[in-house]
Amino acid sequence: MLVMWAAFDWTNFGQQTINGLTIGALIALIALGYTMVYGIVELINFAHGDLFMLGCFLALSLVSVFGLNEAGVLATMPWWRILGPVLLCFLVIPLFCAGLNLAVDRVVYKPLRNAPKLAPLVSAIGVSFIFMNIGLFWGGAQDVNFPDLVAAAWPEKSADGERIQTGIVRNLLADSDTGLRFTVKDAMVIGVTVPLMLALSLFVSFTKTGKAMRATAQNPVAAQLMGINVDWVIGVTFLIGGAMAGFGSVMYALTLNTVGYQMGFQNGLYAFTAAVLGGIGNIYGAVLGGIVIGLVRSLGSEYVGETWTSALVFAVLIVILVFRPSGLLGSRTPEKV
Amino acid sequence: MSAPLLSIRGLRAGYGPIDVLHDMDLTVHSGEIVAMIGANGAGKSTTLMAISGVVRPRAGEVRFDGHDLRALPAHQIVCLGLAHSPEGRKIFPRLTVLENLQMGAFSRTNPQEIAADLESAFTMFPILRERMHQAGGLLSGGQQQMLAIARALMIRPKLLLLDEPSLGLAPQIVSQIFNVIRDLNQKGVSVLLVEQNARMALKIAHRGYVLETGRITLADKAETLLHDPRVRAAYLGE
Ligand SMILES: Nc1ncnc2c1ncn2[C@@H]1O[C@H](COP(=O)(O)OP(=O)(O)OP(=O)(O)O)[C@@H](O)[C@H]1O
Ligand SMILES: [Mg+2]
Repeated sequence: MLVMWAAFDWTNFGQQTINGLTIGALIALIALGYTMVYGIVELINFAHGDLFMLGCFLALSLVSVFGLNEAGVLATMPWWRILGPVLLCFLVIPLFCAGLNLAVDRVVYKPLRNAPKLAPLVSAIGVSFIFMNIGLFWGGAQDVNFPDLVAAAWPEKSADGERIQTGIVRNLLADSDTGLRFTVKDAMVIGVTVPLMLALSLFVSFTKTGKAMRATAQNPVAAQLMGINVDWVIGVTFLIGGAMAGFGSVMYALTLNTVGYQMGFQNGLYAFTAAVLGGIGNIYGAVLGGIVIGLVRSLGSEYVGETWTSALVFAVLIVILVFRPSGLLGSRTPEKV
Repeated sequence: MSAPLLSIRGLRAGYGPIDVLHDMDLTVHSGEIVAMIGANGAGKSTTLMAISGVVRPRAGEVRFDGHDLRALPAHQIVCLGLAHSPEGRKIFPRLTVLENLQMGAFSRTNPQEIAADLESAFTMFPILRERMHQAGGLLSGGQQQMLAIARALMIRPKLLLLDEPSLGLAPQIVSQIFNVIRDLNQKGVSVLLVEQNARMALKIAHRGYVLETGRITLADKAETLLHDPRVRAAYLGE
């Protein structure tokens, strides 16, 4: 036992944890859209993952407009010419995803608000397929490379500290003796996600609109009787959920550098699982669920095997739901009594 | 008499294919407490929902303070000064007591007036001040009812629709609630009160209506209804 303890590669474990946290943060951003919409209209918006996918494609088109997608061009480009388009992505993609999400609600889900629950659910699956086909048309059937802009703008220095190595993203822990890699990409994901989540939490806790969102989630009829325009609150929810997915899109594309029309399905499924795992309807649950799934994916593929990752994620989901049927942070009693 | 505060004519309303209310007429004048009594399922709650716009009327006229309520969505009806405390309290269980009250003032903008009304809500129900930062769902049934009434009052209504405020409460709390209703009325709030407790309701009301399967069958002074043999047999258990 002691020998195993001593032999355990803690550096590797730490590395997988960092990777897991980064991917978990991205999953959490998508999961927020599932959980917020479910909390308010009790709809599982199956199209949400595909909204995320379309955000990635728009990011690719946008950087292509700036010529950043041409072979060899990045090697000679100064960092400040890359930064502009990246920042523009962080502005445009969340707006696009927010607007598209709102449009889907107004056009597809809103007319079905008083229909049986199955009607909007099936429509959501329909929207998911439509989005996927748009993605197929937009980007083709094969996965496409997304240019590694972060590595181009912030490349690793070589050992002598002078010459830079192109194509490898800078490790911010290079000068430490931890042996770990915490790259500019990891820092970007954490540095964007954490403030976003804090802002969302403050918004929902303290603003008038945020309180109206919580009130509507808890009892829409009573909310109406307080003079809250429930349709407007639902609209705000779709906007925020969409914007979060949009931030996720930009960072996913910049970090993993591959986009494809099916990525919405897989990542959407992980995010939806994260939302359920954390307790659907609860925004903190979505964040926690995202991190748990990120860690399980990362540690699982290292210690159990790549092929088992998905199975492991759902095994964890099942085990947690057996002991806590309403998720890690879900309320134990049903909401509507 | 001047134009009534609330006037309903020929109201028809229901759910899905079924009409629950048929050709209903009802008025509430400024300064009145009007009681509505009736058996379970008669359509009392549906009447209040149709007034506040949660259930959309299918025919007839609903006018409040010079406005045609059928032309307005529920959240705008509230802004006219019409508050509805629904059956079963429907407080927000995971908002704090204070946040519940703030939601009551959602349609209002003047912070000084809101603060003043919050203060008078706390004076009316001191327990709410003590529990200000607790989740609404942790209050007892009677306290939740107080919160529901206080929340509706944060709208600063001209007319208060109260749906079974005494449901499930101990007799002592019930009389406390009825005292509050009478006090409010003396301060100028008109009240349309739906109650299972027909005796107490008719005692504090000026006028009353009896509703049977979606139709008004009796309408009179509350005093008269209290002594009507049909009412006594059917609703006062005599
Ligand atoms: N949301 C709904 N959908 C369908 N039918 C409903 C709904 N709410 C009430 N009903 C039906 O409408 C009729 C009147 O109900 P309502 O709640 O208005 O009665 P009530 O007089 O308030 O009864 P109670 O004293 O039990 O509260 C009942 O037959 C009921 O089944
Ligand atoms: Mg009722």
